[in-house]
Amino acid sequence: MDDLFAARSQMALSLGFHIIYACIGMVMPFFMAVAHYRWLRTNDPVYKNLTKAWSRGVAIFFATGAVSGTVLSFELGLLWPEFMAHAGPIFGMPFSLEGTAFFIEAIALGFFLYGWDRFNRWFHWFTGVVVGVSGLASGILVVSANAWMNSPAGFDIVDGAYVNIDPIAAMFNDAWFTQALHMTIAAFAATGFAVAGVHAYMILKRQNVAFHARAFKIAAIFGAVAALLQPLSGDLSAKDVAERQPAKLAAMEAHFHTQEAAPLIIGGIPDEENKKVDYALEIPGMLSFLVHGNFTGLVEGLDKIPPAYLPPVTVTHFAFQIMVGIGMFLVLVSLLYFGTLWRKQPWLTKRWFLWLFVLASPLGFLAVEAGWVVTEVGRQPWIIYGVMLTADAVTPMPGIAYSFYLFTAIYVSLSLVVIFLLYRQIKMVPVLYDTNEKPLAR
Amino acid sequence: MEYVVITFLCLSILLYLLLGGADFGAGIVELFTSHKNRSRTRETMHHTIGPVWEANHMWLIIAVVILFVGFPAIYSVMSVYLHIPLVIMLLGIIARGTAFVFRHYDAVVDEMQVVYNRIFAYSSVVTPLFLGIIAGSVIAGKIDPQADSFLEAYVFSWLHLFSVAVGLFTVALCGFLASVYLIGEAEEQQDRRRFTNKARGMNMAAVTCGALVFIAAAVEGVPLVRWVFGNAVSLTAVIAATLSLILLWFWLSQGKTKKIRVLAGFQVTMILLAVGYAHFPDFIILRGASNLSLLENQAPPSTMAALGWALLLGSVLILPFLFYLFYGFQKKAPGYLH
Ligand code: HDD
Ligand code: HEM
Ligand code: HEM
Repeated sequence: MDDLFAARSQMALSLGFHIIYACIGMVMPFFMAVAHYRWLRTNDPVYKNLTKAWSRGVAIFFATGAVSGTVLSFELGLLWPEFMAHAGPIFGMPFSLEGTAFFIEAIALGFFLYGWDRFNRWFHWFTGVVVGVSGLASGILVVSANAWMNSPAGFDIVDGAYVNIDPIAAMFNDAWFTQALHMTIAAFAATGFAVAGVHAYMILKRQNVAFHARAFKIAAIFGAVAALLQPLSGDLSAKDVAERQPAKLAAMEAHFHTQEAAPLIIGGIPDEENKKVDYALEIPGMLSFLVHGNFTGLVEGLDKIPPAYLPPVTVTHFAFQIMVGIGMFLVLVSLLYFGTLWRKQPWLTKRWFLWLFVLASPLGFLAVEAGWVVTEVGRQPWIIYGVMLTADAVTPMPGIAYSFYLFTAIYVSLSLVVIFLLYRQIKMVPVLYDTNEKPLAR
Repeated sequence: MEYVVITFLCLSILLYLLLGGADFGAGIVELFTSHKNRSRTRETMHHTIGPVWEANHMWLIIAVVILFVGFPAIYSVMSVYLHIPLVIMLLGIIARGTAFVFRHYDAVVDEMQVVYNRIFAYSSVVTPLFLGIIAGSVIAGKIDPQADSFLEAYVFSWLHLFSVAVGLFTVALCGFLASVYLIGEAEEQQDRRRFTNKARGMNMAAVTCGALVFIAAAVEGVPLVRWVFGNAVSLTAVIAATLSLILLWFWLSQGKTKKIRVLAGFQVTMILLAVGYAHFPDFIILRGASNLSLLENQAPPSTMAALGWALLLGSVLILPFLFYLFYGFQKKAPGYLH
């Protein structure tokens, strides 16, 4: 494994790991706030237990998210020192603001987790909301830093030097809004379906149905609303990408040849050598429509990109298909769910309906990972699009492969421990929360 | 504006050493506690650092962000030549942070606790040890951008007597800070006595390691003596830190918990000031004469201005909450539920 590939793999692994915890950290506080609110309003102890059970889960995720984030802030330099030496002062603004958001989040979490029965109830509730809001803010800020890598702004290059730096303009680059919007919705969709699926499974096992049914509903509503919005925001993202990163769009769509009335290619296996896609379903004119709003517009293909700057087509295309496929499936499940709520169908007691949610539970996160692969792999070979090549940014230190193996081992074992803990957490629900209002003694 | 940014950088390093250090120290104290008292120590610890540990570790992130936004050349030189100790420190951070939370939030209490505890305690030593090694290497003058072998460039840049001595000194300081902090938190006389004894032990360890640092500096040719005794500010700081030792032992025997806390913080601040002031504005001392100075390696003015304002704005938002957090958990709740 050469050093560049090892560094890319390690970066992808660390980010892919962190994003799961980040999504949960951004979204779960809102679920808890709803449950907590209902407890304060209705005095139904099940809601209190639910809030506490969730908050114990979140504490586990939060710690893992915080340490993996700390690792990332060093890894940017450990793996890409040349990139950071130039990019740091330009795209650093969101990170410096993010520091504040993290701090507020960490403080509010301290209040929330350890503040039961210590503070005014509504103040305590409010600290939970603050955790969520500052989590969202930090997510948006860091995505705006990533958007800068896709759509560099706020500096000029004169004789190889980065001059006229404007960190504010860099933060509000062209891509920040579509990316941040899409990511925020994705976090809600992914976490909502993941949590709903777990509780659906427990309902299926007929355990603490009152508890799990309430949990299911909160998570499912958040997830379903987000899933319905996701394709709309995805369409905005795609139009945006078509404009600023034609190479990425072409790779996503496996669109090899520049043409008018370009077809949308669904599925298929890209053949990068012969520049064609085998076994694909083609919808004539659809790609032109998605990009330009009419069926005849010209869409640039990969043939317009100099061969040295071609992104990997197969990976990007597959990842895009996976994301969109899952997105469509989640839309379907969400429509069914709202139909159920609307018509007051008793489907919630039907096993197939619950199994559908169990099936959907990992899909949201799969789509998140796939979406990031589209964004990041589709940007290759650039680390800063059109400005700096990834190969020029990597650390001069040899032997990065060992570091990659080490981090892989660690992240794999951490994931296993988190899954194990979550399993025990859920298994203990009947013991801890079966009788009404039984405080959790430590 | 650069001075605002530099002040925040120094402040976050200091606060990380004090608060994060006390936090690491709690694990060190746990490691050096006899078996029968461990669960009591753990109990006190969870009460005191549980609510604040997240916030304590934010200071490290703030310092890193200030470095890569404001002083990118310094950040990238450290990242390249101190890659290995940084990775080890990160592994320590991962292991410690997760083990701490896992052991308190695992729904089932069984033999897994032994595993978490062990990981927590050992990583509480490894992390500050390597933090110290990194700090020592930054000023030791052994980082050599011209080195042509792997060992010279990436290993001997940080693996030498001086940095290891600084590492041990850091571990001892953390243990000392934690024991001092825990004295005031313990509810029972007997625990308080235990922590007081720990504080004495750790203090002696710190003084010993401090002497070791000077010896190692002499062996490795680090001009520590000149830095510390060569200018009035550093000299005053060192004398203040040394003299306050007497007061510290006196107050320890009197059980003045609040006062010794302040004093311990004061001592650490003075040590950092003495060394930091002596070679300011140089941040990284490279092999040969060339150093990386904070003033000469800063980002362009527009970035420094933006960063400075972000930090000022952030502290206006954060500080009131932070004080309230520390204050709010000072009062002991009647029934401790969570
Ligand atoms: C639950 C997760 C999820 C779902 C269902 C979808 N996406 Fe997505 N997508 C993401 C999660 C995501 C993401 C992980 O959040 C990305 C990666 C970077 C980003 O900003 O969002 C992303 C990126 C991303 C990009 C690249 C943006 C860029 O590189 O700047 C496009 C064009 C789309 N998406 C389009 C879609 C479309 C048309 C969808 C139709 C259903 C869709 N996404 C569903
Ligand atoms: C799109 C990608 C990312 C998103 C959406 C995101 C979002 C978040 C969120 C919401 C948290 C709060 C932790 C939690 O609640 O579990 C978090 C933690 C953290 N993230 Fe990320 N992050 C991303 C990538 C990064 C990157 C690239 C870095 C490093 C430069 C980073 C650094 C951190 C740090 C240092 C923390 C710990 C802060 C704490 O203790 O609260 N993140 N991230
Ligand atoms: C958390 C969500 C994210 C995921 C899952 C993700 C995923 C990836 C992947 C798969 C790669 C490797 C691409 C390749 O080399 O083929 C990569 C590279 C990289 N990403 Fe991201 N990314 C995320 C967010 C971010 C953010 C927020 C930043 C910075 C602000 C960032 C910075 C980088 C850098 C510096 C590289 C290495 C250079 C490169 O390969 O272009 N990423 N990421």
